[in-house]
Amino acid sequence: MIAEVITKRNIIEVKNLVKYYPVLGGVLKRVVAHVRAVDGVSFNINQGETLGLVGESGCGKSTVAHTMIRLLKKTSGTVEFDGKDIFSIKSDELKQMRQNMQIVFQDPYASLDPRLPIGDSIAEGLKIHHLGTKQQQFEQVLAIMKKVGLEDYHAVRYPHEFSGGQRQRIGIARALVLNPKFLVLDEPVSALDVSVQAQVLNLLKQLQQEMGLTYLFVAHNLGVVEHISDRVAVMYLGKIVEITSREQLFLKPMHPYTQALMSAIPVANPKLKKERLILPGDVPSPLNPPSGCRFHPRCPIAREDCKQVEPELRDILPGHQAACHYA
Amino acid sequence: MTANSSTINGNAVKDYRSNSLWRLTLRRILRQRSAIIGMVILGFLLVVAIFADVIAPYSPYQVLIGVEDVNKRQAPCIHLLGCPADQPQHIMGIDGNVRDEFSRIIHGTRVSLFVGFSTVGVAIIIGTLLGAIAGYAGGWLDNLIMRFLDVLLAFPSLLLAITIVSVLGKGLQNALLAIAIVSIPSYARVVRASVLSVKETAYVSASRALGGNHAHILFGRILPNAIAPLIVRGTLGIGTAILDAAALSFIGLGAQPPLAEWGQMLGSERNQVFTAPHLVFYPGIAIMLTVLSFNLLGDGLRDAIDPRLRSAE
Repeated sequence: MIAEVITKRNIIEVKNLVKYYPVLGGVLKRVVAHVRAVDGVSFNINQGETLGLVGESGCGKSTVAHTMIRLLKKTSGTVEFDGKDIFSIKSDELKQMRQNMQIVFQDPYASLDPRLPIGDSIAEGLKIHHLGTKQQQFEQVLAIMKKVGLEDYHAVRYPHEFSGGQRQRIGIARALVLNPKFLVLDEPVSALDVSVQAQVLNLLKQLQQEMGLTYLFVAHNLGVVEHISDRVAVMYLGKIVEITSREQLFLKPMHPYTQALMSAIPVANPKLKKERLILPGDVPSPLNPPSGCRFHPRCPIAREDCKQVEPELRDILPGHQAACHYA
Repeated sequence: MTANSSTINGNAVKDYRSNSLWRLTLRRILRQRSAIIGMVILGFLLVVAIFADVIAPYSPYQVLIGVEDVNKRQAPCIHLLGCPADQPQHIMGIDGNVRDEFSRIIHGTRVSLFVGFSTVGVAIIIGTLLGAIAGYAGGWLDNLIMRFLDVLLAFPSLLLAITIVSVLGKGLQNALLAIAIVSIPSYARVVRASVLSVKETAYVSASRALGGNHAHILFGRILPNAIAPLIVRGTLGIGTAILDAAALSFIGLGAQPPLAEWGQMLGSERNQVFTAPHLVFYPGIAIMLTVLSFNLLGDGLRDAIDPRLRSAE
């Protein structure tokens, strides 16, 4: 398993990605502080695999997702796609590259232009890149619609005529029509109800196999992540605290934060008494994150040095990294 | 795509009349009583303007001295209401230059509607461009454009229009230009606000992720979704523009005699309001009716298109 991972080709390499949002204050609108949404995140994704990115609301996981396909400007760091830094290429090269990396958004209601029939929404990428004649474009749209489980006649309908699950299928079709290699899934199922979630997740899995896609799957639901991911990265307050294979993470979480998350997964068995690890306090503000280890004010095993020394993400087992001094 | 979709691939694509947002909106508009009333009056005025030559019994410029036995500022003579049949009929009377007032009112409809549509048209095009660029670009460009428009907005619009006409010289054309210029800021602000909210939506991000350039995103994605409040503002603006043009003509800076323009007609006879009230009454009614129709239509559109604005009044 591990040897297999190593021989696989890297498609995405994120190094020390930092994204700060300036906070403007005063009459002169000067920068008075920074929201440290993403503060030095590094990971890689191998071709054909799914990396799950989990964390609670506001931990920066969506910011990572949006920044790594250059929908947002970075503050520093690099994101290499197929060996090319996407932040240092020119705009026409970026346009070419965008064919290879697409995104599916969280809210299926806001992610489709309400004034376009969905066939036109799906065809937008083909039109932007001038791929094929109108007839070819239309056939491609119908083909991809079929692939995601939509009917031909849906093409002329408008977004408000569809259910949430169908709209998410439309969003997936729009992203896939350009035949990308890499797809960012920004909480694609969190706005859907549970039965529809399963359908969409299975569709995504099936499409991955058929089209050889690589996924970054952002979610806050560990059950969903366990279902779809090959590897999982856990984020806390703008940093990755643990990253490893799905099996390892769910079997033997190393970081105390991950352990607390795991203990919060409900088990559908009322007789089974689970030991619940409850963290004290709230997530600190990313405006002014704690010194040392960002998790130390809430950590059950924190010691004195956790307050001063920031733990690096280190190999604890082969293929299993965690950012904790005492893991 | 909609057009050829039923024949493509030989597949029988279900015949389906899709409910586009525009169609749904139209249906909502038709449920607004004030919009209906406004449209009816406006339709009537448009018919009058188009067929003015047919409806008007006289040329608006024809001086009737020596043609008919009428006097300056003669009161209306309507045969149906007991005016002797041997006298020529002038249902709105005769004006100060012995012309048929009714014909002049009819032809004035053309001028006023032209004034309304042209000034607002020009102002909307320029205002939309400025507002859209300011809202989309943000930063220093936004500041530059909006502060410049704030300066324009700081002056009362009619006063600024008077100033512009004084500089450019009096006449209808310059009055139109002045009215267009002073109404640009309000359209630009409406568009900018709308663009600001639409540009943050996920479908705009999706368009960027697909590789769309700025022009594609601004004119293809953002503007079509941002113009609803502009339509409302524009309709209400036509009424204001007509009123402003009439006001400029009233004080002698706009339309010049002998052009049949309501404000000018009203202004030139204002001292005769007690001796010949019909010469002030009819142009006034005409202005009021036109402005009212646009206001009713605008209110109805606002309720149908932009319900958020409703609570403001």
